Amino acid sequence: MREKILSIIEKNSRVDLKELAVILGTEEIEIVNEMQAMEEEGVICGYHTLINWEKTSLEKVTALIEVRVTPQRGQGFDTIAESIYKYPEVNSVYLISGGYDLLVTLEGKSLKEISAFVSEKLSAQESVLSTATHFILKKYKDHGTILAKKFVDEREKVTP
Amino acid sequence: MRNPLADKVVEIKPSGIRKFFDIVSEMKDAISLGVGEPDFDTPWHIRDEGINSLEKGRTFYTSNAGLKELKLEITNYLKRRVNVEYDYNKEVLVTVGGSEAIDIALRAMINPGEEVLIPQPSYVSYEPCAVLAGAVPVTINLKAENEFRLTAQELLDAITDKTKILILPFPNNPTGAIMEKEDLEAIAKVIIEKDIFVISDEIYSELTYKGNHVSIASIPGMQERTILINGFSKSYAMTGWRLGYACGPAAIMEQMVKIHQFAIMCAPTTSQYAAVEALRNGDEDVAEMREAYDQRRRYLMHAFKEMGLPCFEPYGAFYVFPCIKEFGMTSDEFATRFLEEEKVAVVPGTAFGDCGEGFLRISYAYSLENLKIAIGRLANFVKRLKEEQK
Repeated sequence: MREKILSIIEKNSRVDLKELAVILGTEEIEIVNEMQAMEEEGVICGYHTLINWEKTSLEKVTALIEVRVTPQRGQGFDTIAESIYKYPEVNSVYLISGGYDLLVTLEGKSLKEISAFVSEKLSAQESVLSTATHFILKKYKDHGTILAKKFVDEREKVTP
Repeated sequence: MRNPLADKVVEIKPSGIRKFFDIVSEMKDAISLGVGEPDFDTPWHIRDEGINSLEKGRTFYTSNAGLKELKLEITNYLKRRVNVEYDYNKEVLVTVGGSEAIDIALRAMINPGEEVLIPQPSYVSYEPCAVLAGAVPVTINLKAENEFRLTAQELLDAITDKTKILILPFPNNPTGAIMEKEDLEAIAKVIIEKDIFVISDEIYSELTYKGNHVSIASIPGMQERTILINGFSKSYAMTGWRLGYACGPAAIMEQMVKIHQFAIMCAPTTSQYAAVEALRNGDEDVAEMREAYDQRRRYLMHAFKEMGLPCFEPYGAFYVFPCIKEFGMTSDEFATRFLEEEKVAVVPGTAFGDCGEGFLRISYAYSLENLKIAIGRLANFVKRLKEEQK
C-alpha cells in the first residue's frame, strides 16, 4: 500500500485523500494513517510544486556545480555537505561517484549572484579543492515531467 | 452493368459505432469515452527496438508464420503467464492483430452451414467473420445477473448437431466480464462432451484485476480443441503495430498458415522485432499499466454508486457496462441525448449485440483527470433524468 500511495503522490501531491482511497480500494482513514506515519518516519519529506519558471516574470538561474573536496577524518563528507546545504539558495546536495565528490544545485536571480556564491561562499570553504559551475540553459524535462509538451489525444474518438 | 457486389458482404450490417463516431468527429468540444484502445504510448524500449530493426535494414518479409525468435518468446510467455505449452515451430502463428487470427481461424475450420456460437455482448467482428467464412452465427445472450459470464447451461442450450465452434471472448469487450477457473471448468465439460472447438480471444488477458487470467487452453483436455488468440495491442499498448498471434493444434495451425500465407504473406517485420522486446522486457510496463487501469476502474465503480447508476463490477479489460434501463430509454437514445446535452460520447450496448440493450459501454482508457470531467457530466445527466422522471 505504501509504495502505491507514494507512486501516486510523487506525481500528484494534491490528490484528494478520499479519492486516493477510492482508486486504491481502501478506506480514507487507512490512507491518512499511512501518510502520517510516512511523514513522521521521514519517508515523505515534503509536498512540492513543479514550476516552469521560464513562463513567469520572475528571473531565475539554475546552476549545477561539481565540487571536489577533501573528506574530513572520522566524518567523511557529511560535515562538508552540511556546511554547503545550510545555505538557503542551495537546492540540493548529492554525494556522487566518479570524477568529483558533491553535486550542488543552486538557484539564484542572476549569473552574478550565483558566481558570487561560488567564489565567496563555496570556494572559500577550507575543504573545497575545486569547483566547476554549469548553468542550465533550458529545462526540457524535470521530475519525470516533460515541461514543454502538451498532451494531445491522437486516437480515433470512437472505436470498437 | 452487372451487380459487382457479393450478397453476403452487402448483407453485413455496418458497425453501430459508426454513427457516434461521425457525430463526435463533428462536435468540437465533445469528449469521448468511446475509445477501444489504450491511452498509453507503446513503452519506449519497445519502440526503440522497432526503430533499431529499421536502422539495421531488417525490412524484408519474415517467414510466413513469423520470426522464430518471436514465436519462441510467445511460447515462453504463454508458459510463464497461463501455463500452456506450445511447439513454437508447429503451433504458433504470428498474425496482423488478433483480428486476423479470428478471421483465419474461422475460415480454416468452418464448412458451409456449420454453426458458430457467439456469446454477446461481444466484439463486433466475430459475427461478420463467421458469416464470411460460411458459418451460421448463433448468438448466446449473456445475462447481467451472471455478470455476463457464460454458464454451462447457456452453452448446452445453444448447442445443436451443427455446432462446431464456440467463440470465447474473455476478458470481454464491452462488458469487462472475466471467466474464472471454475467458470471455465464448467463449460469445458460441455465442450468436451459435445465435441466442439473453441476460439478463445484472450486479447485483454493482461488486463485482469482479480487474480491472474486463466486460459481455457490450460483446462485439462482443452488445449487440443482450442485456438488461443492473443496479441500486443492491449497489453503493451501497441494497437497501431497490428500484431497478434494464434496458437493451437498443429493440424489446424497448418491450415491457418496456408490462408495467412496467401492472404497476408507475413505480419509486419518491424512490429515483430518490437514484439520480441515487449515479451522479453515488458512485464513491468504491463504491470504499471494494469495498476493504472485498475485505479480508474475503482474510481468509476465508486462514481456510479454515488450517482446511483447500477453497474456490476467488471474485473477485466478497460470497460464498464452500466445499466440504464431505469430511465425508460433505449441505449441508443440515452447515448444520443448524452452526447447532445453533455457532449460526452459513450457507445450504446447494442453496438455489441441486441442483448446489450439497456447498457452502455464506457471505456476507461483515459487519464483520471479526463475521466473525472466526463463522469461529472454523466452525474449531471443522470440527475437531470431522475428529476424528469419524478
